[in-house]
Amino acid sequence: MSFALNGPALWYATRATGLVTLLLLTGTMLLGIVTSGRFASENWPRFLTVGLHRNMTLLVLVFLALHVGTTVVDTYTSIPATAAVIPFISSYKSPWLGLGAVAVDLLIAVMLTSLLRNRLGFRAWRGLHWLAYACWPVALIHGLGTGTDRRTLWVFVAALSCVAAVAAAATWRLATAGRAGTR
Amino acid sequence: MTMTAPPGARAGSAALPRLLAGCAQQRVLGLAEHEREYGTLWLRGRSGQRRPDRLIDMVEAAGLTGRGGAGFPTGRKMRSVAGHGETVVVANGAEGEPASAKDRLLLTYLPHLVLDGITVAADAVGATEAHLCVHRGEHELIDGLATAVAERRHAGLDPVPIQVTGIPGRYVSSEQSSIVHYLNGGPGKPTFAPPRPHESGVRGRPTLVNNVETLAHVALIARHGDRWFRGAGLPSAPGSMLVTVDGAVQWPGVYEIELGTCAGEVVMLAGGPTEDLQALLIGGYFGAWLPVEVAWPVPMTQAGLRAVGGALGAGVVIALPGSSCGLAETARVVRYLAEQGAGQCGPCLMGLPALAGAIADLAFQGGRGRAVEAIAALLPLVEGRGACRHPDGATQLARSAVRAFIADARWHDQCGPCDGVCRAPLLPIPGDEEEDWNWT
Amino acid sequence: MSHQLRVNPIACNGHGVCAELLPEIIELDPWGYPILRSAKVPPALVMHARRAVATCPTLALLLERAQNRRP
Repeated sequence: MSFALNGPALWYATRATGLVTLLLLTGTMLLGIVTSGRFASENWPRFLTVGLHRNMTLLVLVFLALHVGTTVVDTYTSIPATAAVIPFISSYKSPWLGLGAVAVDLLIAVMLTSLLRNRLGFRAWRGLHWLAYACWPVALIHGLGTGTDRRTLWVFVAALSCVAAVAAAATWRLATAGRAGTR
Repeated sequence: MTMTAPPGARAGSAALPRLLAGCAQQRVLGLAEHEREYGTLWLRGRSGQRRPDRLIDMVEAAGLTGRGGAGFPTGRKMRSVAGHGETVVVANGAEGEPASAKDRLLLTYLPHLVLDGITVAADAVGATEAHLCVHRGEHELIDGLATAVAERRHAGLDPVPIQVTGIPGRYVSSEQSSIVHYLNGGPGKPTFAPPRPHESGVRGRPTLVNNVETLAHVALIARHGDRWFRGAGLPSAPGSMLVTVDGAVQWPGVYEIELGTCAGEVVMLAGGPTEDLQALLIGGYFGAWLPVEVAWPVPMTQAGLRAVGGALGAGVVIALPGSSCGLAETARVVRYLAEQGAGQCGPCLMGLPALAGAIADLAFQGGRGRAVEAIAALLPLVEGRGACRHPDGATQLARSAVRAFIADARWHDQCGPCDGVCRAPLLPIPGDEEEDWNWT
Repeated sequence: MSHQLRVNPIACNGHGVCAELLPEIIELDPWGYPILRSAKVPPALVMHARRAVATCPTLALLLERAQNRRP
């Protein structure tokens, strides 16, 4: 199979990197929840949770860039680069594609504010970081809506597992909320 | 307990009374009477020019130190605030210390002395805003102060209008960063320093926060000068101060003494003990217990008290009779202090209740041979690890209690609570119904 | 040029990540809050201190240039 700009290779790449981005984003969410829940064990120190959470975000960025890049470059669909950050300017599979741009915007906001944490101050940073809880479901819905693989069983199961994992973590976090810390 | 001693009961001191000169009648001094008693206050020199620096020079030369408990040199504080544009003056009359009554006395009977101090300090540091803060539950006090401020407004006395502000009634809310936090629209809880109020306070401006007694002294220094101020007290600890005497004494009340007066003399000023004494609590609930034979000859100065492991604090002297149990009294106070924390810092939030529990264990349950060690182990975990001095006050009190009552502690450990535990509590502790539970 | 560590006790929530990353200087009290064995950070540990400061989830650990501060 030759690598043509309108061939199926790019299309496969978009779908694959999209799925990996979603899985990594889910992982990041889980690690973020575990950070605030202060989980630690003999073999899993707290700095591992915090450090992995941050590093995984970088991986998300890499795969997101590939996902967006392969989509834009693909001449089969004429999606402009700006559609990656400005929601709903492309009519392709609207509104599902547009939601992807919403998720990208939210992710950029969360990441930029985290990089500037020291200047923002803790309170402001924490308020903005809650946008992550908006970013993840939007990304998931974008994937299910735009993605052509949702009818494939293992993809569907993967998406469902992501939802189950985050739901379980959030429940655990709420249940242990009173346990630790001063407020 | 805001009355001064019956007239004629004061020990001989040529320099006194100074602050309390207007208290002979034991009623509120109106503006005219105030000026008759203390003289008029002039903000402008004979040439008609304002010379704000002059006051700061005088206060520095006089060696006046803060009367709120920390004892910081007032002149230095004023100098650090002055000259930085539009500044703010805050007079702290909240008197969170339950055993102290001197600020309340000043504000009730001699409001114009305090208000003079605020005005003259505001002039010296270039303030455009001035607050007089008291607990917001003190409605009568607030009314009286509002009347005094209005009287002065009619007479055109205060170039910077003084706002009487009610603040939350919690113990830590009367700490200086808590007051600034509240005036900035936040809860009355301490903040992390830096920045300190003199660097950035109300609305970000350099703010001078002084106890109302300190400002009353400033008002008199402005009238009579620094050499006059040094005419009382010691060269190393000049001037006079107000002390609140309570406990097993004939006439509990607020007295004015020269710095350097021995603690024993202070007790005699209040009519002497009503029973045999075992210890004195000097400084307040963030002060320290001293066995009576150690405390009696100690001069009431910061250096003198520190030399014996005590503290001058807010000038409180409480006489503990032999029939009371010092450990039980301390247990009650530390429990109160534990409830009064802001709950912001882990070591204080966790440590003070643990400390209170350990002392209560020793006092009321007998300790079972472990309580003294438990207390000693907790002290370094709590001390100095909060954002404010609240936990430090509690640890200082607890440490001094174990030291002063060590014989009692050993007895409790072996034999359980002593009879003194059953005696009615001596140290005043505000009840739940008196508490203002809101931070904002 | 020496460095000093300080904890903002109001911001600190007792996560304890700092003690994991800088055990030479920071240990935890029985309630999970950090105790600084010494405020001074030796030059060899400055990098680790910086990492601990960056990893604190509540920005409660501060690394400052050592200076004489007025009370």
